[in-house]
Amino acid sequence: MTSDFSTRAHDALNNPQLRANFRRAMDGLMTKRAAQFEDKDNWHALRARGAAIKARALARLPDLLEEFEQKAIANGINVHWAETTADANRIVLEILTAHGAKKVIKGKSMVSEEMHLNAHLEAHGIKAVESDLGEYIIQLAGEAPSHIVMPCIHKNKGEIAQLFTDNIENQPYTEDVDALTAAARQVLRREFASADAGLSGANFLVAETGSLVLIENEGNGRLSTTLPPLHIAVAGIEKLVEKLDDVAPLLALLPRSATGQAITTYVNMISSPRKAGEKDGPRQVHLVLLDNGRSRVYADEQLRDTLRCIRCGACMNHCPVYSRVGGHTYGSVYPGPIGKILTPQLAGLDCAGDLPHASTLCNACVEVCPVQIPIADILVRLRTEAAEPSTSPAVKGAGSGHSAVESAVWKGWQAMYAHPAAYKVGTKALSVVGNLIPAAAPLLKQWTSVRSKPKFAAKTLHELAREKGYDHE
Amino acid sequence: MSEARANILARLRAAPRLQPPERPQWQAPGFNDRLDRFRVMIEAVHGEVHLVSADTWRAHLRKVLAEKNVARVLAAPHLGLDWDDMVAYDAPVEDFKDQLVSGIDAAVTTTRGAIAETGSLVVVPDMDEPRLASLLPPIHVALLNAGDIADNLAQIMEKQGWAAAMPTNLLLISGPSKTADIEQTLAYGVHGPKELIVLVLQ
Amino acid sequence: MPAHVTPPARMPKNVYYFGTCLVDLFFPDAGLAGMELLKRQGIRVVFPQGQSCCGQPAFNSGHRSEAREVARAQLDAFPEDWPIVVPSGSCAGMMRVHYPDLFKGDRDEERAKAFAGRVYELSWFLVHVLGLDTKLVDKGEKVTVTWHGSCHSMREMGVVDEPKRLIRALSNVTLVENPREKECCGFGGTFAVRQPEVSAAMVADKIAAIGQTGASRVVSGDCGCLMNIGGALDKAGKPTRPQHLAEFLLERCHDQ
Ligand code: SF4
Repeated sequence: MTSDFSTRAHDALNNPQLRANFRRAMDGLMTKRAAQFEDKDNWHALRARGAAIKARALARLPDLLEEFEQKAIANGINVHWAETTADANRIVLEILTAHGAKKVIKGKSMVSEEMHLNAHLEAHGIKAVESDLGEYIIQLAGEAPSHIVMPCIHKNKGEIAQLFTDNIENQPYTEDVDALTAAARQVLRREFASADAGLSGANFLVAETGSLVLIENEGNGRLSTTLPPLHIAVAGIEKLVEKLDDVAPLLALLPRSATGQAITTYVNMISSPRKAGEKDGPRQVHLVLLDNGRSRVYADEQLRDTLRCIRCGACMNHCPVYSRVGGHTYGSVYPGPIGKILTPQLAGLDCAGDLPHASTLCNACVEVCPVQIPIADILVRLRTEAAEPSTSPAVKGAGSGHSAVESAVWKGWQAMYAHPAAYKVGTKALSVVGNLIPAAAPLLKQWTSVRSKPKFAAKTLHELAREKGYDHE
Repeated sequence: MSEARANILARLRAAPRLQPPERPQWQAPGFNDRLDRFRVMIEAVHGEVHLVSADTWRAHLRKVLAEKNVARVLAAPHLGLDWDDMVAYDAPVEDFKDQLVSGIDAAVTTTRGAIAETGSLVVVPDMDEPRLASLLPPIHVALLNAGDIADNLAQIMEKQGWAAAMPTNLLLISGPSKTADIEQTLAYGVHGPKELIVLVLQ
Repeated sequence: MPAHVTPPARMPKNVYYFGTCLVDLFFPDAGLAGMELLKRQGIRVVFPQGQSCCGQPAFNSGHRSEAREVARAQLDAFPEDWPIVVPSGSCAGMMRVHYPDLFKGDRDEERAKAFAGRVYELSWFLVHVLGLDTKLVDKGEKVTVTWHGSCHSMREMGVVDEPKRLIRALSNVTLVENPREKECCGFGGTFAVRQPEVSAAMVADKIAAIGQTGASRVVSGDCGCLMNIGGALDKAGKPTRPQHLAEFLLERCHDQ
């Protein structure tokens, strides 16, 4: 995964339709979320609780994974462990092959995106059909999701209408949302009925009961996990919570943060495959626990906080960078602020080192994150890890952003700013000759493309303070 | 056990052990009039609420179904519903799939209670009322005893002792199936029911 | 989480003033105005000549050790146990919120923590310590202004309403809030040169939102934002003038 944020940002910024789509959508989501958390005291207490629940589960993660596994197995769920996405893909494929499955219907799952599962299955002759409406649309378009909660947020009605006409038999062109939704329902009903297996993610895994908790609005998640004879769930190892009771505050945070809904239409708690006498539900349930770098991130006390994420997307909805460049600019499965800290950690700073710099550190994400992830601090930490060779085993590709020139510049900066005498001489010089620096000089060139050149004042504040008689000690 | 499992757990165990933080106090809201809150919330997401008495609900339901031009109804026999074209979900889904996917207009199920805060029904499918009943037909009618409405999720979990005995599947249902994936425009019934009708039995 | 700031236990007789490096070179008048405001409240304002920069540029670029050495020079320059007032929410945030972390495990850790606890953003200090919002007497002409809250001021220092309370206390000033007031202007230090196009798009939206208010001035408490927003306004030929809050208040209330 190579990352060239700037190039893609350039394209996105020059696409007025895309920018309008994102701006409108993000504005709406921010307003709806704000309406959910008007009671500030309650919000503070709730998010503190949410953050503690996740931090607590992480502190006990290895124990909870074992407890969960034991309970899940006792409930009749098969639990698999995958160190890499390749392992996870192999496991899923093996299960499907063992059942002679040819078609898989999928509920929305970011981990399956992380695995690039669909491509892997297609390569082995198994058809994977996305059933979340947004995912279905981008699958038709051959694109990747641009938002973790609303995957096709970058598309407008017209584009979707055209996709449907091109791909669905006898589908007339219409921009009527109800008609488009009905068309998808019809096509996907057939796919559900004929699928050999269903695949889903999981929002929470409850150690106490061995249950999977999935939330959604459409019902496709319920269908994927109920109608086909086989259900495979894929989830990151960080999805664990200790108690069933922990789900309540997290549910009070997740949908409200994500879309401003009090709750999603469905909260689906699955604790076992079909039991004797039950008439529906899959006969087998498998859960694949994916590591893919998470246990490495876990090794660092600060970076570990990244794993608290409940994937609500609020950070991207509130991000002034994301709302201008859209999700595809990030060039990775997880866009926005969470992507900027997660991708470089999972893939390595050597692969995605420019992402931590694609931020003004404005803290808008930190302000809304329901589990209090210190996103800005982690961004700065990752910048530091990239710039200086580090000894932390938690960071893949540490030091890969090291630049001799840049380091020399900062050393020079230190020489001037850490020494009052040098600073006095330096600032004096700048106030005399600084304005002679041409606007086209390196660095200043980018600045002056849309701004006037800053003017050095004739006298520094140091000088003015002395002249006005301010004491200096 | 697998090598992956051992490796992952070993890496996690090798990491610094941090003291698990305590859960700070947080109280989910309570309501003086739980039925009212439930109703406001579920109606806000397109659910339909009918207040009926425990002995007249069947007649009322007949009227509602007739008004909606429902032909075939799926309901467990023990509900004692009187309807001409009525089927029970009494065979495994493998033998019942076609009918279920496209041959039924409305399904009636019971509920285990509801949550006032979010306007959610607690549905626990069982042998008589399997999981897909509340999902595949375009109309879902849910029967709710007014006395079973709790303030919030934490409360009902605790009161009903969920953690001690989780069923195969436990659902919270808050309104009919919906999507806003196309330009954030709401559309109902994308995969599940287009209509959710709650009969609150008083 | 914004820092939890409480006023000093007693009304201070002396305060330190940390001017910031940007103010020093580009906006010294704004810096001086802040000092004048404090002085006119009967406080002795001390401006240590050994001060330079809070270290944030290097810190945010990932050059921690350089940032720490420059920060250490500030610890040296402000030895007395007096409040340190800063006419910038961003630099104040760096010193109050990040110094303890920057010096973790360092020989100066305790000194850095104590220093951090003495740091105040100017408008917060004017309101909560000096009660200036109840004392301002507006002597200026009628004017319409809009406010830009800096990200770090709001989200690190928890300064949201204080500046607006001061502006609203001026009888001849109409404050028109712009709907994107809390959105980042796109400065972000090195972000403006690392991601020039995204930064440009952000500041373009910012000046458009400011323009919609019809204000003749945009007032802010951070010179980084002002440099960015003001530079963009100027380049685009817009009439709105950028001004630091301290300069604005001084101009309104005192015959210079
Ligand atoms: S980082 Fe926080 S705000 Fe962003 S998706 Fe994760 S939980 Fe939500």
